[in-house]
Amino acid sequence: MRQTWTRRLLPFIGPILLYLLWETAVSAKWLNPVLLPSPGETLGYLFKALSDGSMNQDIGATFYRTIMAFIVAAIIGVPLGVVLGSSESLYRSVEFLVDFFRSTPSSALIPLFMLIFGITDTNKIAIAAFAAVLVILFNSAYGVMNAKKTRIMAAQVMGISRWHIFKDIMLMESLPQTFVGLRTGVSMALVIVIVAEMFIGAETGLGHRIIDAQQLFNIKDMYASILVTGAFGYLLNVVFLLIEKRCVHWSGKA
Amino acid sequence: MKQIDYPQPNTQITIRGLDKSFAGQTLYKDLNLDLPKGKIVSIFGPNGCGKSTLMNMIAGLIPIDKGQILFDGKTLAETKIGYVFQNYRDALFPWLTAWHNIAYPLKRRGMKAAQVKKKVDELSEMFDIRFDLQRYPYELSGGQQQTVCIMRALATDPEVMFLDEPFSALDFEMTLFIRDKLQQVQLATGVTMLIVSHDLEDAVFLADEILLLTRRPTRVAEIVPFTLARPRTAEMMSHPEFIRVKAHTLEVFKREMAE
Repeated sequence: MRQTWTRRLLPFIGPILLYLLWETAVSAKWLNPVLLPSPGETLGYLFKALSDGSMNQDIGATFYRTIMAFIVAAIIGVPLGVVLGSSESLYRSVEFLVDFFRSTPSSALIPLFMLIFGITDTNKIAIAAFAAVLVILFNSAYGVMNAKKTRIMAAQVMGISRWHIFKDIMLMESLPQTFVGLRTGVSMALVIVIVAEMFIGAETGLGHRIIDAQQLFNIKDMYASILVTGAFGYLLNVVFLLIEKRCVHWSGKA
Repeated sequence: MKQIDYPQPNTQITIRGLDKSFAGQTLYKDLNLDLPKGKIVSIFGPNGCGKSTLMNMIAGLIPIDKGQILFDGKTLAETKIGYVFQNYRDALFPWLTAWHNIAYPLKRRGMKAAQVKKKVDELSEMFDIRFDLQRYPYELSGGQQQTVCIMRALATDPEVMFLDEPFSALDFEMTLFIRDKLQQVQLATGVTMLIVSHDLEDAVFLADEILLLTRRPTRVAEIVPFTLARPRTAEMMSHPEFIRVKAHTLEVFKREMAE
């Protein structure tokens, strides 16, 4: 019994240590207190901002852009990836392009996207979707390509048609890997949305709020906004893991 | 003029003039073979002689270079077959429950739900299933998974059933159980069975005929009949006839290895 209790407490040790380190750094004046408010003050400010709703608009805007970008990326990336993955020669012929643009930091394309879409919401969503779509596509394609040969052969000897082998076997086989892609894709979309909000003349969003707070030297607001961004990314990951567990219950077990 | 090589009576699978090479190396050259209907035939031979390749060519999983394979005069496409893989974990569909794995080939054939249920119930009874078929394959033991594989292969009432080293990943207890069940199924349905085995004991025990292959380029070394009465129980592993056939098979095998 005692052991399970101690085990349950383990995840809290890291955050508590960070809190203590932060507190010590402030009270020992390792850093200029103007640049680093105490953790208590920061968290107090954060909860106040959350409870009086003054952050809601920015959180909402970032959430909307991230999810829109993710949806666009998933709608394009998953079917395209599955189609590419089902034909090895097709995938090999575009592999270089996928790998090249996957390796290009999407933020490098922000100016280009500004030329095309102007300084709009569409622009932020488009650039984040671009960043996410390649990761999603790549993972879905590999999921299909790495489908267990035995399962496909098992379906072949049953006399299953090619279309049903694709739909019933290959598509299902690709799901665990597709979910890895979706999870990575949504994190990627968030990163790019935050960057875009900072530098593409946004009026709202957490990225905009962070840089605004920095410019106005509203340090507590800056730290609080950073924490919210982190919590947002973390929650997205948790939600996707939960969905994944439900949808691909066999992942890692077979 | 070459004489036409008619199949013997009661033949299920006729192989004529089969050629197969891999990367320029001849594996089979003009192979002619008749496999009997309603019998269990084991394929046994040295490593790398192409036991599994032969079976997979018959099952249509590996293309042949030349020749013809017919099932009772029909092509593969006109014949219902079942296949049990060595690696049951990779052969079952983990997103479906054991029950739906067995039902899948039936559903895809357009069978009505009530009939599918009847067929699966029939199979569970035949195999005396004591575990819950509503569980997923990864929740079952290895022996249970292989049992599900065999049930799935039998669901469509195949004329020929292929088993590729079906026991090699199973413990002894499970091997005995599956041996019993395979014999029982064969007696009940009269399905022709083709078993590839790398274990001499397994190869001989179930077989009506043991097809012994040479090293590559592969030919048929000998077809050894084994007529011990069925059902063969585990005790029969010490039966003099079993020991005699096993010894003879081993002798041929060693001779082929030495050549």
